[in-house]
Amino acid sequence: MAITYPIFLFLIFSSLVPILSLYEDQVGLTDWHQQYIGKVKQAVFHTHKTGRKRVVVSTELNVIATLDLRRGEIFWRHVLGSNDAVDGMDIALGKYVITLSSEGRVLRAWNLPDGQMVWESSLHGPKHSKSLLLMTNLIIERNNVVVIFSNGRLHAVSCVDGEVLWNKDFEAESLEVQQVIQPAGSNFVYIVGFAASSQFEMYQINARNGELLKHENAAFSGGFSGQVSLVSSETLVALDSTGLILLVISFHEGKISIQHTPISNLVEDAPGPAVIIPSSTMGLFAIRMNAVTIFIRVRGKGMLEVAEKVNRETTIGNALSISEGQQVFALVQHAGRDIRLTVKLAHDWDDDLLKESIKMDQQRGLVHKVFLNNYVRTDRSHGFRALIVMEDHSLLLLQQGTIVWSREDGLASIIDVTTSELPVERAGVSVAKFELNLFEWLKGHMLKLKGTLMLASPEDIAAIQYMRLQSSEKSKMTRDHNGFRKLIIVLTRAGKLFALHTGDGRIVWSRLLQSLCKSEACQHPIGLYLCPWQVPHHHALNENPFVLVVGRCFQSPDALGVLSFVDSYTGKELSSSNLDHSIARVIPLPFTDSTEQRLHLLIDADKKAHFYPKTPEAIGIVRREFSNIYWYSVEDDNGIIKGYALKSKCNSNVADKFCFDASELWSIVLPSESEKIIATVTRKLNEAVHTQAKLIAADQDVMYKYISRNLLFVATVAPKASCEIGSITPEESWLVIYLIDTVTGRVLHRMTHHGSQGPVEAVFSENWVVYHYFNLRAHRYEMSVIEIYDQSRADNKDVWKLVVGKHNLTSPISSYSRSEVVTKSQSYFFTHSLKAIDVTSTAKGITSKQLLIGTIGDQVLALDKRFLDPRRSANPTQVEREEGIIPLTDSLPIIPQSYITHNLRVEGLQGIITVPAKLESTTLVFAYGLDLFFTHFAPTRTYDSLTEEFSYALLLITIVALVAAIFVTWVLSRRKELQDRWR
Amino acid sequence: MASIAPLLLLVLLSTALTISSGSVDGFTINGRVKIPQGMGTKGFVLPGKTSNVKVILNGGQIVTYLRPDGYFSFQNISAGTHLIEVTAIGYFFSPVRVDVSARNPGKVQAALTENRRGLSELVLEPLREEQYFEIREPFSIMNIVKSPMGLMVGFMLVVVFLMPKLVENMDPEEMRRAQEEMRNQGVPSLASLLPGGGRN
Repeated sequence: MAITYPIFLFLIFSSLVPILSLYEDQVGLTDWHQQYIGKVKQAVFHTHKTGRKRVVVSTELNVIATLDLRRGEIFWRHVLGSNDAVDGMDIALGKYVITLSSEGRVLRAWNLPDGQMVWESSLHGPKHSKSLLLMTNLIIERNNVVVIFSNGRLHAVSCVDGEVLWNKDFEAESLEVQQVIQPAGSNFVYIVGFAASSQFEMYQINARNGELLKHENAAFSGGFSGQVSLVSSETLVALDSTGLILLVISFHEGKISIQHTPISNLVEDAPGPAVIIPSSTMGLFAIRMNAVTIFIRVRGKGMLEVAEKVNRETTIGNALSISEGQQVFALVQHAGRDIRLTVKLAHDWDDDLLKESIKMDQQRGLVHKVFLNNYVRTDRSHGFRALIVMEDHSLLLLQQGTIVWSREDGLASIIDVTTSELPVERAGVSVAKFELNLFEWLKGHMLKLKGTLMLASPEDIAAIQYMRLQSSEKSKMTRDHNGFRKLIIVLTRAGKLFALHTGDGRIVWSRLLQSLCKSEACQHPIGLYLCPWQVPHHHALNENPFVLVVGRCFQSPDALGVLSFVDSYTGKELSSSNLDHSIARVIPLPFTDSTEQRLHLLIDADKKAHFYPKTPEAIGIVRREFSNIYWYSVEDDNGIIKGYALKSKCNSNVADKFCFDASELWSIVLPSESEKIIATVTRKLNEAVHTQAKLIAADQDVMYKYISRNLLFVATVAPKASCEIGSITPEESWLVIYLIDTVTGRVLHRMTHHGSQGPVEAVFSENWVVYHYFNLRAHRYEMSVIEIYDQSRADNKDVWKLVVGKHNLTSPISSYSRSEVVTKSQSYFFTHSLKAIDVTSTAKGITSKQLLIGTIGDQVLALDKRFLDPRRSANPTQVEREEGIIPLTDSLPIIPQSYITHNLRVEGLQGIITVPAKLESTTLVFAYGLDLFFTHFAPTRTYDSLTEEFSYALLLITIVALVAAIFVTWVLSRRKELQDRWR
Repeated sequence: MASIAPLLLLVLLSTALTISSGSVDGFTINGRVKIPQGMGTKGFVLPGKTSNVKVILNGGQIVTYLRPDGYFSFQNISAGTHLIEVTAIGYFFSPVRVDVSARNPGKVQAALTENRRGLSELVLEPLREEQYFEIREPFSIMNIVKSPMGLMVGFMLVVVFLMPKLVENMDPEEMRRAQEEMRNQGVPSLASLLPGGGRN
């Protein structure tokens, strides 16, 4: 193999810039694409008799989508900007979806069938406030009206064209609006809210022209707290500021009356302060005290009466009017492995309209939200379907006691990704259900040959395409020879781990981590990192690999840490532990113990170092490598970069031999008035580098790459320039980049780009960094490359010295040797904004690299690293051309065929991960965001394997033809010889 | 490409005013995206399908969508130089720099950053169509002939049909001599390699 690689390299370099493209019929062969929407916040059903039944949802990831109610597929979907969160949503006129977003500033209408935006209007107001959207059935001048309260102003907007018909300011000091109510059949709206926390305010507004009809207020000395529940169109229920007294506030015909009832009068052993579960069910509301949910009925004039006390986890759905004066609502309760869906009439607690028990996957956790919808059965009775949102952010539709469909929308918010190998194929290990026999294999190839020769009928073509996409090879559950089949393990924001198969993207297992679920000790756990913990090879091959999930109890960096160890084959949580220290950083060390568990160094907020696993063997390794362990910290806020080494055991009162104090080795303090750190990048730990030397053919020279694992790229900007584009002039902005050795703190290179600003996206590989920033002078994005070469090895180019052995190539590389380095740099324009950048990584690092650029359009573009080569010049010499140097152009080319996502979008792109396959030519690319996209990518074509296009049948036919020809010629020659002899 | 003239959106161009000083806070940028109908007909993007076009200000600060007539607007924009990007699958749009000046609010200052072409109105058109897939070449006999297997077969045919011709043209004396030589050297002929061929 070693000899063949240079030949391949020669072939690669001699070819022109390869365009790595795909034929349209190859889509889906090695790639898959999955679309998600995120955790649903609000859902509105659209189930009219005509047309397809759909549900419109808005999610916490700022997505508006319509889903098919039959199968859960997305009809259309729009991802709003990151600061454009959806506040309210409804359907108007049966054909428009109206959304209020951006804290009530933007109102948009979307066409329900196809998602085309119909109109957009922006609403302004005097001050910040809660945003409420109310669809009225009012018609003014043939316009249906939607009433919006946002930013302290009430707007009436026409549903047809988004025109603001009237607006009215509520500048009353500190009015906190709670509800906008339109009593049925009236043409006025009530605005109710609290002012100065102890005053109840009610405004009655004429909905036709915004005229104030009535303004009343009433004071309540106890104050108000939390949210309110509406129990009729002119009565609401609130709690006083202690949470112990229920207040029934009625504002019938403008007369406000407040009636208070202490909760202890209703419930005998009230455990403490209660909270109201906001709802708008006629004559009924619910409060929650600790884990107990209490349903309270409102009878007549403020008479309260407990309907039921429920101890289990209960979720209450929205109220739904099924007929004149009849309202129903849904309750979902957990009962062991099942969930129980109950639909009750609002005015008749004891009668259940529907009671269903549904078996639920334990890995989905608790029910978070319920949305109820009804339909009329053929016998004119009411049927119900419920859309439920689970703790793991998945969305399920329940109907007639079964789960009709489910969507794993937790996958829309991925925190971290790692990969794991599949088990080796051997007896007893699961293998795909059926294997093709030889006949079928041959038949398939004959079909393909027919396709190539254009003899195939349309049915044959369909069969070929089906065969190609459904190849059982790619979705087997075992390791393959080329290393294409792996498990992608992802950690989602909901604290759930998923293992996806690279072959077809299906979920192999999923697990809601108990350690990342809400508990007494840990109130708001969040996941942080996912690291491979144990990757068995060689002697420990029989063991399953494990991943380490690192989390912390709440958002702040000094919160206590949580660790969890999960089997990557089965998803079983082996163990989890709540740590007694915080986690600021996780550093996987390049050492493993005898069971192939990788040593990890966890740095806490007090700069103490904790080693894991906590075994005597690990501590032995740590002792041996004690002086070789270094790390650094970057403090973005005050611009300090510090380097650390291990010093001594912690001298805390608890004897913990795995805890070490750190000694500060060096620190770099950046002037805070002129520089602010905006990006830091290091090399990937597991990157393979094939060769240190780089041959410069032009002058028969050798350059040695400066390859160090301890390099850190830091980008800083002027503090003023750290905000958005448009707000600063070129004269007052600059971008400074540093290359820092993290062991010694030595600054290897510093460069200033005047008139440039962030955001900076960078990737560091081998001896080069590529970074992307905005050039304010040209008003374009730029990408720069820096390559670092080791000058102290430069005198090793004499071949004779190498032969005699007088070279210093075998001397160990150390950060302390202070070798001289040379850097080369060049900048180019680039068209698009960037969301993510990464570089291809292959098994041995021989294949030349391509940059993978996630553009603002959510596509992933592959760009050859040779376009970012500081040796490019306007007129390369003949020798340089042969070496593969491309003539210099001022901007980087965008070749549409080299979008590896082809005509797909990875909406909300966040990150790109590359994993080497075993085949040197190929790398596996996984891009994630709202959507997931996976593909195989060969940076310089697949030079080491036959392509999928290769026709085995043609080869077979050729061989057969050759053998036949040999026999024919043999027979002919025998006959000729015989004739010759007779002559 | 010949039929660029029939535009998708036949709206009065004069109404495309670009920047206006909006309400209380900030300015408003109004513009329009036009996708000529001649483009995209052979691609996978339906002509006139504007629901998936996004207009992005300053690399993601504000994202907005197009109305059915192709218009878009950004509200509450501060004075300064801004960058507008249009993303549409199947088309390549150049980013546009837009100067919003506080002194003369009605003035239009927009330029494509790719080719530095100034725009009198903020009407954005794609620079080119993007074809994400390689076009599969139609089947031709030359491809088969040029493939390694085709060359193998071709070489065989040459050997089978042309070699005997060459041999025939040789002088019989010379031929005999050559055969003698071959026998003496013991170079295995093709016949001797085959079963039953080694008798001579």
